[in-house]
Parts: sequence; C-alpha cells; structure tokens
Amino acid sequence: MMIEFTLNGQKVQTDDAPDTPVLWAVRDTFKLKGSKYGCGAGLCGACTMHVNGQAVRTCVLPVSAVAGKAVTTIEGLGTPEDLHPLQAAWRDHNVPQCGYCQSGQIMSAAALLAANPSPSATEVEQAMAGNICRCGCYPRIKAAILSVAESRALAAKLATEVS
Amino acid sequence: MSDQPMSVNLSRRRFLRSSGVVGGGLVVGVSLTGCGTPEIPFYPLEGAWSPNALIQVTADNLVRFYCPRDEMGQGVTTGLGTLVAEELDVAPGALDVAFAGAHPAYNNPDFGAQATGGSTSIKAHYLPLRQAAANVRAVILDAAAAELGLPRADLRSADGHVLAGDERYPYGRFVAAAAALKLPDEAPMKAASEFRYIGKDFPRLDAVAKATGTAEYGIDVDVPGMHHAVVVRPPVAGGVLKAFDAQVAAGEPGVTHVLEVASGVAVVAPKYWQARQAAAKLAPAIRWELPELATISTAQVKADYAAAMDNTAGDVDGDQGDLNAGFDNAAHTLEGDYWAPYLAHAPMEPMNAVVRIENGEVDVWSGTQGPGIAQGLVARYTGIDKENIRVHNSYLGGAFGRRATLTHVIEATQIAQETGKPIHLLWSREDDIKSGIYRPASLMRLRAGIDESGQISAWQAKRVGGNILPDTLRNMLPGVLPAGFGDSVIDWMVGMADGAFDGWVIEPTSIEGLFEDYDFPNREVQHVTVNHGLPLTFWRSVGHSFTAFAKESMVDELAQVAGTDPVALRLQNSRNNPRLAAVTRIAGERMRQMTVPQGHALGLAAHTSFGSYVAEVAEVSVENGTIRVHNVLCVVDCGQVVNPDVVKAQMEGAIMYGLTAALHGNLDLADGTIAQSNFHDYPILRMNEAPAVEVVMLDSAEAPSGVGEPGLPPIAPAVANAVFAATGQRLRSLPLKLA
Repeated sequence: MMIEFTLNGQKVQTDDAPDTPVLWAVRDTFKLKGSKYGCGAGLCGACTMHVNGQAVRTCVLPVSAVAGKAVTTIEGLGTPEDLHPLQAAWRDHNVPQCGYCQSGQIMSAAALLAANPSPSATEVEQAMAGNICRCGCYPRIKAAILSVAESRALAAKLATEVS
Repeated sequence: MSDQPMSVNLSRRRFLRSSGVVGGGLVVGVSLTGCGTPEIPFYPLEGAWSPNALIQVTADNLVRFYCPRDEMGQGVTTGLGTLVAEELDVAPGALDVAFAGAHPAYNNPDFGAQATGGSTSIKAHYLPLRQAAANVRAVILDAAAAELGLPRADLRSADGHVLAGDERYPYGRFVAAAAALKLPDEAPMKAASEFRYIGKDFPRLDAVAKATGTAEYGIDVDVPGMHHAVVVRPPVAGGVLKAFDAQVAAGEPGVTHVLEVASGVAVVAPKYWQARQAAAKLAPAIRWELPELATISTAQVKADYAAAMDNTAGDVDGDQGDLNAGFDNAAHTLEGDYWAPYLAHAPMEPMNAVVRIENGEVDVWSGTQGPGIAQGLVARYTGIDKENIRVHNSYLGGAFGRRATLTHVIEATQIAQETGKPIHLLWSREDDIKSGIYRPASLMRLRAGIDESGQISAWQAKRVGGNILPDTLRNMLPGVLPAGFGDSVIDWMVGMADGAFDGWVIEPTSIEGLFEDYDFPNREVQHVTVNHGLPLTFWRSVGHSFTAFAKESMVDELAQVAGTDPVALRLQNSRNNPRLAAVTRIAGERMRQMTVPQGHALGLAAHTSFGSYVAEVAEVSVENGTIRVHNVLCVVDCGQVVNPDVVKAQMEGAIMYGLTAALHGNLDLADGTIAQSNFHDYPILRMNEAPAVEVVMLDSAEAPSGVGEPGLPPIAPAVANAVFAATGQRLRSLPLKLA
C-alpha cells in the first residue's frame, strides 16, 4: 500500500511498511540524510522534523501517521547558499561541535520560534530540553535562539515604527 | 613541574612503540612536512599541484588541505586549517578542507600512527604543519619571482595571492612553475607577532555544513546496491554463539541474509528498519554460551574492589620521601574512599560502517579515530592488501575515545564479504550502551596528613579497578600489526599487557592524576588490578576523569579539617606546579568576588592533564535533594591558543560532558549485562540543567597543549566541593547523590 505525504514541499509516496518510522523512510527511501538517528525512542531529538509545522520525534512516528501531511526536514529549512536565520545564528555563535544533533536542535528551535516568537531564556530551555547534545553546546544553542528572537523582535519593531 | 602531565600521551605512545606498531610498516618513507612527491591516496584534484601530502593548489587558485586528524567535534579541521592558513597566507574560510584517507603521511607525530586522541592534535601538529605550509608558500614566492622577473624580496603574500607593489596575482598562476622547483625543508615561519589567524576568532570551518544537515557522517553514506545490517550480539561481553534459528528472521519482510558473524548473528535487508525488525524477532531465538562475567553484578564488583583495597598489597609507583615520617608530622590525618562507576561514551552517532568489496578492492566508509587501524583490520580479516583498501573518513558524530575501537568495521567487513553486497551496518543506541566498551569503574582510597604549617605532609593513594590497555590492544593490534603476525601473537601480546599491568608495573592511565599535581614530599601510590571482564577503553580524559574527583575532594577535605582556605591550601602545596598554581590563584580570586543567591554555594577544583592546567569554580544549589549547577567559571592555561573560541567551546563541552558524569552517569552490571539501555536510564545533561560557563584563557607563549579533555577532570570535584559547602555533606561517590 502506498503512503503519500508532502516532503519539503514535494508530493512523495512510499511502499515502506506502514510501521516504518518516518525517520527511516526519509533517510533510506528518500535519501535525505540530514535528520539523524540517535536513540530510536524519542528521547534525544536528533530525528526532529516538522509535521504540519509541529516539531516531532520521527524515530517513533510511523510513516502511516504522516499520510496526507506536510513533513519538513532540515533540508527544507535552509541551504548553505540560503541559510535560515537560525542556521546563520548557529554559524555566528560557532554552535556546532560534532554537529550530529544540530539538525534536530535547529528543527526544534524553528518550531519554538514559530509558536513563540520571543521566548524567555527559561522558555527556550524548556522547549529545547528534549534535544540532547553530547558535546554540550547548550549555552551556544540558547544564545543563538535568543539572538534570532531578538533580531526578529527588533525588525518587527522597526517595521511598526516605519509604518 | 614533574613529567607527569604528559603521562597519558607517553603511555599511549609507549604502548604503540612497545607493541611493534611503528615497525609494522605503517610508518615509512613519507615525511609529514613533505618532500619529493609523496603518493596522494585520495581524491587528487584534477591538474592540481601537490607539493606534499597535505596541500594541493589548482591553477584556479583552489587551495585544498587534507586534514590529517579526525573531526569529532573538537574543531580540528578549523584548528589545523588555521595553522596551514597562517603560514600559507590563505584565509582559513577559503581553504577547501578534505579528510585524509589512510596513509602513513597522515600519521599523528605524537603516536607514530594515524590516530586522533589524547588531546594531541594541535600540540603535535603545531610546528610540523606550519612548516609544511611555510615551505609551500616559499616555493610559490620563488616561482612568482622567476615568472614575474622581480626580486623575491619585493614580493609578499596575503589571502592566497602574491603581492607585488599594487599588483595581486593568485597563487594558482604560479603552480606550474612552482611544481618544477625544489621545496625548501625549513622555510622561515612567522613570528607570533605576525600571526593573522592564530589566536584570532572566526567561524568554525564546518559550522555551515553542520547547521544545514549537509555535513556527511558515516551513518549517512549511501552507495548503490547497499544493504543494511543489524547484528544481534551476546547479552554479556565475551559470550559465544551456541545456536540460532535463522528461519525466525529469514521470512521477515525484506530479509536477504541471516548469518553467523564473529560477534553474533547478522540480519541483512535492503532497508534498515526491515533488518532491525527482523533482528528483534530473532534475538530471543539465539542461545549463547556466557562467560564468567555473567555471574557478576555491581554489588559483587564493589565487594571485590573493597576486599582488594583492604587486603591486597598493590603494585607501587611514584613513591617519594618518607610516608611514615609524613604521617608522624601530620597535625590532622584523613582517609576517604572514592567511587567512580563504569560509563559509556554514548556519542550521539552510534557506531556504524559501510563496507563494499568488489573485484578484490575494498571501500570503507566510517568516521573513526584511526583510519589506518580500520584499513589494517580490513586487510587482516579479508586478506586483501592495504593498497587495495580505501578508507574514507567523514565527520564523526562524537567519539570521546569510543571510535578508536572498531569492532563495527570488522562486523561490516565480514557481512559484506559473506553476502557479496555493500553493507551499511548500524548499532542501535541499545547496542551502544549494552554491547560497547567502557570507562573503567574505580575505587580509590586516599589517606593524607597535613601538618601545622598547612603542608600536606603525607599522601597515600591506592586505586583498585581494571586497566584499559589490554582490551584496547586486543581491539587495535589486529589493525596495526603486519599480516604475518597471527592471532596467537596478538593473544600473546595482549596477555603480556594483561600480566604486566597486574603484578609488575602500574598501567599509567589507571593512576594518572592521583598524585602528581601537588608537592607531596612524602607520597606512595599503589594499584591493584581487579578485572571482571567488561571491556574497557579510553573515555574523555581517561584516568583523570576519576582521579581528579578523588584528589581534589580530599584536598578540600584537608582544608576543612585544618580550618584553612581551600584555595590557599592548594597554592601553598603547588610550589612545584606554578602553572596550575596560576590558574588556581585566578579562579580563587574570582571566587572570592562572587556573590551568590541565598542557598547557593561555591566549590573549586584544579587539575593538570594533557599538558594543560585548569581550575574551575562551580556555583551550586540543592533544592529538594537535587543538585543544580548554575554557573561555572573555567580558567585554563593551554599554552599558545590557536582558536580562542574553539578552546572556549571545548571547555564548555568538557564541563557539560563531565557534569553528565558527575550528576547522572552510572552503568550497573546485572548478571554480567549492562542494566541500562538508552537515554531514559542513562541520562545525558539537558539544556534545562546546563550551567552558564565563563572561560578565562591565560595569555601564554608556551607551546600549545591539550584542549579537548583537560576541561573535564575538575568539574566533578568542583561540584562536590560546592555541595559540601552548601549542605555539609561530603559526597565521595559518582554520580553525586545526596543522602
């Protein structure tokens, strides 16, 4: 049975077994390798993607559950030539060390800012507590997220003043 | 200062040398600084000039740097790239950095083998790599002078260009001419005052790739026709396969092969999830013969260690002075037993490897701390010559010592050979926690005396636990010894190491850090090897990861009993370790100026490791029995700093890694099986628990020393000392748990 969904804006379909986690369908079938396997149990967040805009742990989400839905991966967020503001902040704050968890971190952060454009430091910590970084980049991840929130707030303020 | 800070590096070197690695055909001919035309084993750029194994320049002015060390997050591509950029006069961001394949030209000068670890990369390459780049730049200027017909002295270089007055010529314009010239051996290098990139901040060279999901790790490799493999391993390390029913898995969707391999049973399918599901069904249908370890649980380990501590005279090392006189002169004497458990490294990327064997040639893709070891292992297990084995390194999703043991490469090789398919092998997180190779557990007893003047007059240290070198050798030797050395030779060598470190000499990593830092005019160091058979290896900061906890806790306890300031006590007793005293003094002064909220308390610890000196202050509170670390100050002297922000990041990261161990890290043995399995019961520090970290780097003209590991050892004792200050409870067991 084919399962259809939207992957980074493209309609796709797969005959993977319905219980195949979205992570493995995306990696093995659609060959997008940016989303990572870390625990297979929804504990570390390395596999985080957006499903209809929500950050979801895709290592425990069956592909049947995204039928008809929109899945966005790190590849759909930005590219080296066209960085998402969070990705630019990651570069500017020298966030990554080994880098393996960072796709998941950024996807969680993007979902956070979409839902809460100006989170407090505590709200960032709470929202990001599901994403493990073994290298311990947490202070930089937090600073990078807050810097994007602040620059967006500033831009919004300027836009209001101009209009 | 004594020779002790380098002990781990020396010990690793010593074991490599003594076990014949250097004579094993790995270290031949090609100088790291480049001479003649060494073979470039990987990805030569079309038409590029290759002055040495490390640098290529094209006519289009693309400058490629083959990074000889492995990027596991420590920023080595940026760090070594900075050294090349500095002496070559190319902007670091303009370098095209590629990973080197397996070749002796890329050996680590500290090890004489192609391995990354021991916080050696900047230290070992600081001069050789700069020299190699300076030589290339010199010959480009020679070529430019000849081609432009200008005096060499009138030419300068910057940003990948030769500058002649107002004219700028890309290096690429001169590569054809340069190729005909002889490379100098020792072109002048820059003075520190001329540094343009060393000591300055700029983005990590891999930051964008890692922020966009485009950085390729071993797990991401995907080659045509590739099948995925999952291996079911014995529940207890050292278990041997007795019988299994292949039919249980063979009929599952996608499954193409079910086969016995050296480490267990492999299930192969076109997709990972298929192999994984079928392997889960198969696992209960496998019978194993289990070793003696299957009778051992944590309580037994602790009881055996305690009995050895009390009853077994240890091997002796590092003694000086007269211990009895030291205790006789003591105004106060203290004794404490300190415990540190087994730990897994748990890098975020679990072990994996892709192996393709076709027409007598092998391609191996795996992020490892030893591409040369991987090549040697594949050669041994396939019988194929190394010349026909290409090892493709990639980014490592964390390593921390774990990726120097490459049994997963052997597994993938065997499966690829027997199935005839390119194989992608992946360990699950459960495999990583339960079937891995571990930081040893340790019981340490410290007995110390302090005299009326505040001098620590007696220091008696004894450690009980397993040693890491025998297991590490067992896994590494097959990859580094020539094929002519059979398994019996390897067994003999491992046995020699086992025996030597149990009853003859102390393995340095088992006691490093327990006694060297302070003056200790009268001291004795003992070690008793008690090994239950759980495989052991290097874990970030190795012996220092547990010895610093014991040593720095005891020093604080001595200050408490003597009624003196713990910082002053450290300074008084580190006259022979001035660089440690310096970071301690600065951290102590900052600590005195700190004001903390009601209920918070401060603790300090200092430690020397990998040639670097680190003092840390932790601000801690205890709320409802839970220890929270709010702020950490880290003062580090690591000699000349190459990339300040990378050093800062490594200190931050080592503190977080050390805090996971200090607050959460514990593995238990239950009938020989690791009781924990994933991040729910082997928790890793999360952002809501992470302290703010301030790093102070000392300005130093000393040679660069280690950075990846030295930030870790002081954090656990700094927190323990702060917990004591907050609660009056002295915690001597890791992880720290309040009664």
